[in-house]
Amino acid sequence: MHIPDGYLSPATCAALYAGSAPFWYVALQRTKRLLNTQMLPLISVFAAASFIVMMFNLPLPGGTTGHAVGVAVAAIVLGPWSSILAISIALTIQAVFFGDGGITALGANCFNMAIIGSLSAYAIYRLVAGRSAIESPRRIWAAALAGYFSINLAALAAGIEFGIQPLLYHDATGAPLYAPYPLRIAIPAMMIGHLTIAGLAEMIISAGVVSYFQRAEPSLLRSTAPGAPSSAEGYQKAGGWRTTRPLWIALAVLLVLTPLGILAVGSAWGEWAPEDFANPAMRQQIAAASGQATPPAAAPQGLRNLASFWTAPMPRYAPPFLKNPAFGYLLSAMAGSGLILLVFLLAGQALQRRAP
Amino acid sequence: MKSFVERTLRGLLTTAEYAATAEQMAISRGALQRVDPRVKVAGILGLIVTAVASRRLAAIGGLFVLALILAMVSRIPLGRLGVWVWTPVLLFTGAIGVPAIFLTPGRAVAAWGGIVLTEPGIRGAAFLISRAETAATLSALLVLTTPWPWVLKALRIFRCPLVMVAILGMTYRYIFVILQTALDMFESRKSRTVGVLAASERRRLAASTAGVLLSKSLLLAGDVHLAMRSRGFQGEVYLLQDFRAVAADWCWLAGFAAVVLVALRMSF
Repeated sequence: MHIPDGYLSPATCAALYAGSAPFWYVALQRTKRLLNTQMLPLISVFAAASFIVMMFNLPLPGGTTGHAVGVAVAAIVLGPWSSILAISIALTIQAVFFGDGGITALGANCFNMAIIGSLSAYAIYRLVAGRSAIESPRRIWAAALAGYFSINLAALAAGIEFGIQPLLYHDATGAPLYAPYPLRIAIPAMMIGHLTIAGLAEMIISAGVVSYFQRAEPSLLRSTAPGAPSSAEGYQKAGGWRTTRPLWIALAVLLVLTPLGILAVGSAWGEWAPEDFANPAMRQQIAAASGQATPPAAAPQGLRNLASFWTAPMPRYAPPFLKNPAFGYLLSAMAGSGLILLVFLLAGQALQRRAP
Repeated sequence: MKSFVERTLRGLLTTAEYAATAEQMAISRGALQRVDPRVKVAGILGLIVTAVASRRLAAIGGLFVLALILAMVSRIPLGRLGVWVWTPVLLFTGAIGVPAIFLTPGRAVAAWGGIVLTEPGIRGAAFLISRAETAATLSALLVLTTPWPWVLKALRIFRCPLVMVAILGMTYRYIFVILQTALDMFESRKSRTVGVLAASERRRLAASTAGVLLSKSLLLAGDVHLAMRSRGFQGEVYLLQDFRAVAADWCWLAGFAAVVLVALRMSF
């Protein structure tokens, strides 16, 4: 992934330096505004830590090992703009001092890993994590996906940069002057290694570090999780308006739709009144609902005894004082839902009082 | 467990060793070490760009020979360059460049069975490997003959923002602080582990170690910030500019410029 000198033409290198420059400028301005005097030590020390983490030899499934860039971790902890700065600084020291990546290709390496990597990792993380709680397992998945896809997008960009070299730069004999393979070879060659080994390494370090921070330092995940409750807050707010808003809306829609019940033809099986057995029209409906079995001539004795045991205040969803059946349905639904909510509210309060 | 921790430890130790040796070489009494860092940074970057831009193998070869001569007069052991620079670059770039000999279409030079060596393929691989080796050797020369803080100060001649120069300087110093912390963490873990950990446990250990390291580094950043503030830091960065170019430095600059011009003239 660290492109050495000699793989990209000077024009490509210059273009990628120029492409990176506005991002560096904006990143510097935003980080300065956000962190003020903290910027210098924070970016320096975090870049140094990222540099060391990049040297970790990660054990991967299948027995192999790999190195991660740690770009998703930086984007999740610092935010995308500070991450661009921190990773660019780490890449600069790697290139200039340790010879890992070229000096002329530094713009390209920063463009691929620091800029594309940080912005894509941040976007994927925010998209997948949503408003989930800081300790939610969803954030681990979000970090894993952010790590995996950001490093692969960076590799894809590097593959494209390699792949366009032989098209643009070759000598009179057709010999490629820089990276020698066309797009159809360069892209798969880059992607195979990153979709498997490097992607896995990035996935493991991103998910692992976020999981560790969830347990040990949840505050470090706060800056890129605006509005996310911690688990404790999440449980406390479980009955709050924001959490239950979709349920209230669904309940309101269902209440409004209750008069549709009037449109239903026939009768519900088993919901018969004793007098229905004497009504010829109702008898036909009972027979239709019972597979054309002929209903008894009179209501069963047990049904007759128990039917008068309790008289509902709103029989058949039609309160006696209302002439409009649709409004009767609506009012019955509201009354029923209200009673259920009241019961649960009282039960909840009772349980809260008993809690230590 | 053993392989993961030991490999990482070995990698961290190699980095620390390289940095210590580089700092030692940078202050030794060699030819390039005496040159004004601004002249050296401008000159060597000029040579690197020329090596990358050059379209003739002879020009790139000439620059490589020049780099060898500069290394020798600067008392940089060629054996060290071979281990640190040439072998890794050859292995990496060779693995990428050599298949091009067979995959690049063009006039066939030799054939065995179905395998055909083409002239553009050989030239393409030669360009790639020679450019990568030459540029990497020149980069190494810069770092092995100039203390890092001087390299950073010299970057100011390219209008590199002051704050970035300061961040690069601080980052470099803190790399060694955090490197020591990482070494201590891995060593303590190694000394407390008996037997072999399962692969999943090794991954969890690596991720947790990275997490602890990042978390410690953020605490350290907070401490450093407080220390800076207590010493009156308001956000402005100042660098001490103590470079003075003498006649010999101007000669070196003229020499670098002449080589760049000749190499470019050969190429275009």
